[in-house]
Amino acid sequence: MVQFGRIRGNLRGERQADGTSMKAPAVDYVRARSLAEAVDLLAEHRGEARVIAGGQSLVAMMNLRVASPGLLIDISRLPELSSASDDGDAVTVGACVTHAAIEDGRGADPSRGLMARVAATLAYRAIRTRGTIGGSLALSDPAAEWPAVMTALDAEVMVCGPGGRRSIRCSELTTGIFETKLAADEIIESVHIPKLSADARWGYLKLCRKSGEFANALAVAVVDPTRGHSRVVLGAANGAPLVLDNTSRLVSEGGRGDISGAVAIDLDRAANRHFDEFQRNLHAVATTRAVRQVLQ
Amino acid sequence: MSAIRLQINGAAVTDDVPPRLSLADFLRERRNLTGTHLGCEHGVCGACTVLVDGEPARSCLMLAVACDEREVTTIEGFAGDPAIEALRRNFHRHHALQCGFCTPAMLITARDLILRQRAGSEREIRDALAGNICRCTGYTNIVTAIAETAKEIGKEAPNA
Repeated sequence: MVQFGRIRGNLRGERQADGTSMKAPAVDYVRARSLAEAVDLLAEHRGEARVIAGGQSLVAMMNLRVASPGLLIDISRLPELSSASDDGDAVTVGACVTHAAIEDGRGADPSRGLMARVAATLAYRAIRTRGTIGGSLALSDPAAEWPAVMTALDAEVMVCGPGGRRSIRCSELTTGIFETKLAADEIIESVHIPKLSADARWGYLKLCRKSGEFANALAVAVVDPTRGHSRVVLGAANGAPLVLDNTSRLVSEGGRGDISGAVAIDLDRAANRHFDEFQRNLHAVATTRAVRQVLQ
Repeated sequence: MSAIRLQINGAAVTDDVPPRLSLADFLRERRNLTGTHLGCEHGVCGACTVLVDGEPARSCLMLAVACDEREVTTIEGFAGDPAIEALRRNFHRHHALQCGFCTPAMLITARDLILRQRAGSEREIRDALAGNICRCTGYTNIVTAIAETAKEIGKEAPNA
């Protein structure tokens, strides 16, 4: 048995001399005035600095003391990262555009409603008003929505580092659980998302026990006959978003055939994800339903 | 320590804060605004929800230092707000609270739902309330109170 006082001390964090209880570890903070300044600061404090935008995962991780960066570089107020622009055949969404802005359809939408639908299922409104698409991609929580959805839309991120800019396809950005191809001194600047054509269709299914929770299974299917693009992607897949090649092909061919069988073949090929029977069933159900939405 | 200057419930406030201080702790412990409650401190329970620049936000997941030059509204700051006053009346009438711990944030969340016209059906309301945990009521009376308020406010301003 632990005495109540000790439990309380652990839960509430140490009490400071100024009478304020602290939960997150001590940290320095700087609000960047430009992306270039943020990149410089990140390079200067390599290894100890973390970029913060909405902070909806990072501050939670700090409160739980899972993360303890020495310096926070706040990029959330950089106007150049906070808007979306229509580039003709694509839309460039700034890294600091919030989930709520996407949910509300503020700014151009390349996805014919898919992104707004996804955003509405992402956590809770009070999280969506602050959390950002760039932050979600940079963290790459395996159960997060945007890594899978951006992979399905064949988007790429523009990344800024000391050596300049480069682009990374979202299908290659996430390499594992909370692992990406971002270098320690690089910051996601924007997401470049090709526009779906007028005849494109999409399906999306997120399975979780409570609305807004992280997904237990998450499937997104996109077919765009005009652009010859079709892709079915599974999120919450014990690693990077899983592109289901066999199912994608079935969808591109109009879906004539055995959907469940095609999904089963893809899941068999993903033996390295070590799905247990329950997970596998959830993934199969989510994928099959997302594909049916496309084919309706 | 970082100097911050912000508006809290309409009043200008300046302070020096350690960067790790959450907005919730800043409000509760430095401003004595204890209507903002802390449950889980990782964004799940919703009890700490306040408005930041007019939009609902988790005050446990915002650093006070990041609220420099922003406008924060806590449950203490809604005097005269028609939606909150109607919600208070209907929460009372329908017995939509028991212990009251979740209530301040429940009101702020409900107000946002109603003003964004996302409280049109029981399903819509319940979906949104997934982000505000109540362990007493079972939600039934909360949903009723919000639905009724949404109807009242919709009648007053049909094009709002």
